[in-house]
Amino acid sequence: MPPRATPLPRGVAVVGAGMSQFGAFPDKSGRDLFVEAFLEMRRALDKGFDPASVDAVYVGNFSSDLFEGQAHTAPLVTDAVGLLPRPATRVEDACASGGVALRQGVMAIASGLADVVLVGGFERMTKLPTAEVTDTLAAAGDTLFETPAGFTFPGFYAAIATAYMHRYGMTPEHLMHVALKNHANGALNPKAQFNVTLADWMRGRVEAARKKGKPLPAWQSEMDFLHDDGANPQIAWPLRLFDCSPITDGAACLLLAAADRAGEFTDRPIHIIGSGQASDAALHDRDDLTSLGAARLAAGQAYAMAGVTARDIRIAEVHDCFTIAEVIATEDLGFFEPGHGYGMAEDGVTARAGAKPINTSGGLKSKGHPVGASGVAQAVEVWKQMRGEAGPRQVPGDVPLALTHNVGGTGNTAVVHIFERRN
Amino acid sequence: MPDTASRPFTAAAFNQYLAEHQLMAARCETCGALHLPPRAICPRCHGDQLTWQATSGRGRLAAFTAVSIVPTALAAEGHGRDNPYLCGIVELDEGPKISARLLGLDPRHAAAIQIGTPVQAEYLTRGEGDRQTTLLAFRA
Ligand SMILES: [Zn+2]
Repeated sequence: MPPRATPLPRGVAVVGAGMSQFGAFPDKSGRDLFVEAFLEMRRALDKGFDPASVDAVYVGNFSSDLFEGQAHTAPLVTDAVGLLPRPATRVEDACASGGVALRQGVMAIASGLADVVLVGGFERMTKLPTAEVTDTLAAAGDTLFETPAGFTFPGFYAAIATAYMHRYGMTPEHLMHVALKNHANGALNPKAQFNVTLADWMRGRVEAARKKGKPLPAWQSEMDFLHDDGANPQIAWPLRLFDCSPITDGAACLLLAAADRAGEFTDRPIHIIGSGQASDAALHDRDDLTSLGAARLAAGQAYAMAGVTARDIRIAEVHDCFTIAEVIATEDLGFFEPGHGYGMAEDGVTARAGAKPINTSGGLKSKGHPVGASGVAQAVEVWKQMRGEAGPRQVPGDVPLALTHNVGGTGNTAVVHIFERRN
Repeated sequence: MPDTASRPFTAAAFNQYLAEHQLMAARCETCGALHLPPRAICPRCHGDQLTWQATSGRGRLAAFTAVSIVPTALAAEGHGRDNPYLCGIVELDEGPKISARLLGLDPRHAAAIQIGTPVQAEYLTRGEGDRQTTLLAFRA
C-alpha cells in the first residue's frame, strides 16, 4: 500500500492539552484520572471551554476490563466530564490505544462528521499485583501462539534486543544510556512517575541504607548502579528493571478542532498535518526482527501526507516501552540509518540539547506508561514544547515540526502523527 | 481425530499435532508458501487451498530471552527471579519462524547463548487429564 501523499481533506488542530499526574494512586479510579487530565486541558484552553462545542469523544484504553473490572468505559468517562450524550467510543489497540484514539478524532473531523472532538486516554494499572499485570500485558501478544512459549512483554522486546545486538553489535550498556537520558528528562517533568535523575535515585537508595544501618552501596557512577544485579535486576535478559517502563496510573486529554474553528479556542493552535497507521503479524512471523515494519509504514504515510521528511522533524516523542524500543523507533522513523540508532543516547544526539531530541517528557520510561494514555500524553508533550510551555525541559530554539510514534504490542499496531506550529 | 488431510487449520488442530509430537505447518497449494503457525487463508496470495505438511523440527535460534519476572503460568512451574526460563524464536530449516520454549541452554548465562545455535523440536506435556496440553520447545 503506497503512502497517500494527499493532505487531510480538512485541516485538524490541537487546541488544548492536559494530563494527570502519572504514578501509583491507590485512591483514584481510571475515571478520576481522566477527570484530572480533562480539567488540566480545560484550564489550558486560551479562550475558555464551551461544552456545547464538543461533538464526539474518543477514549484510548487497553484493558480497564482486566485492570479495574470495568468494561464499556467511554460513556462513563464522558459522563464524568459532563459531555453526555455525545457519541463516546473506546479505542483498543494495546499500548497504541491512545495514538489510535487520536487518529480516530482526526478522522472524525477530517471527514466533516465532527468539528470539535475530545480525545483522551487512561489506564489504571497498579491495582493488580505485578504477576497479574504481567499476564494482562502479555494478553496484548498472541495468546494462541506466543504467550504459551513463555513470552512476557519485556520478553518480546528482550528477544528483539538479542536479534539487534547480534546483527549490529549493540551491547546492554548502550541501552543503559537511553535510560539515563530519559530519566534526566523525566527529572524535569513534574508530571512524571520518576521525577528524578538516576543520580538522585541512587542518593535516595544510599540514604535509605544509611538510615537502616545497612551496608552502603559502593556505586561510583550511574553505570555502576545500572550494572548492579541487586539494584537493577534482570527482568528478561538483556533487559533489566531500568530498561523497562513502569506500571503506571494516569490519563491525558486533547481537544481537537477543525482548523477553521481553532480560533474559537486559541490563537496558537498546533496543526496535525500527518497521520499514519499500520498493522503487523506476531513477532515470529516477520522477516526482520530488528525493525517494526508497521512503524516504518505508519511513518511513511505520515511524512507523505505532511509533505515533510525525517530531517525536518525537530523533536519526537517515541514509544520507549523498553530502551531497545526507542533505539528501533528512531531508525524506523528515518532519523538514523538501521543499526546506527543505538549509540545516539550515549553520544548526546537524542538529548534535549542534541540535534534530535527524543522523549523530552522522560518518555514512557521515566514519565510512566499508563498504556491507553501514553499515545495521548505524547501529544501533550509536543503541544507544550511547540508552544514553548515545557518549562525547565524546554528544548532550545524553535519547534515548528514535531512527531509522535505510538506502538501497540510488539509492533502489531503502530501510529504516527506529525504536528506543525504556524504562528 | 480425522486424518491429516481433513484437519481444520485451527490452533486446536495444531496443538493436537503437538500432542502427537509433530510440528506441522500449512502449505499454500496456490503459491507454495509455508505457514507456521497454520493459517486458513494464505496472506501472500490470499488463496484458501492449504494442506498440512510435516516439518523437520530442525532450525536455528533467531532471537531469545531469559525471563526472570514471570507470568503466573510459569510461576506455577516453579520459575521466578531465582529460576529464570528461556524462550525465543526459532527459524526452521524450511523457512518459517515460531515462538517456543528453549531447552538445553543455561538461562543464568544468557550472555553466552548464540543467535544461530542449531535446535531441534521437543514436546512438553503440562497438566493432566482433560487439562493436559502439549507445548512446543526446542532443544539446543
Ligand atoms: Zn499462497
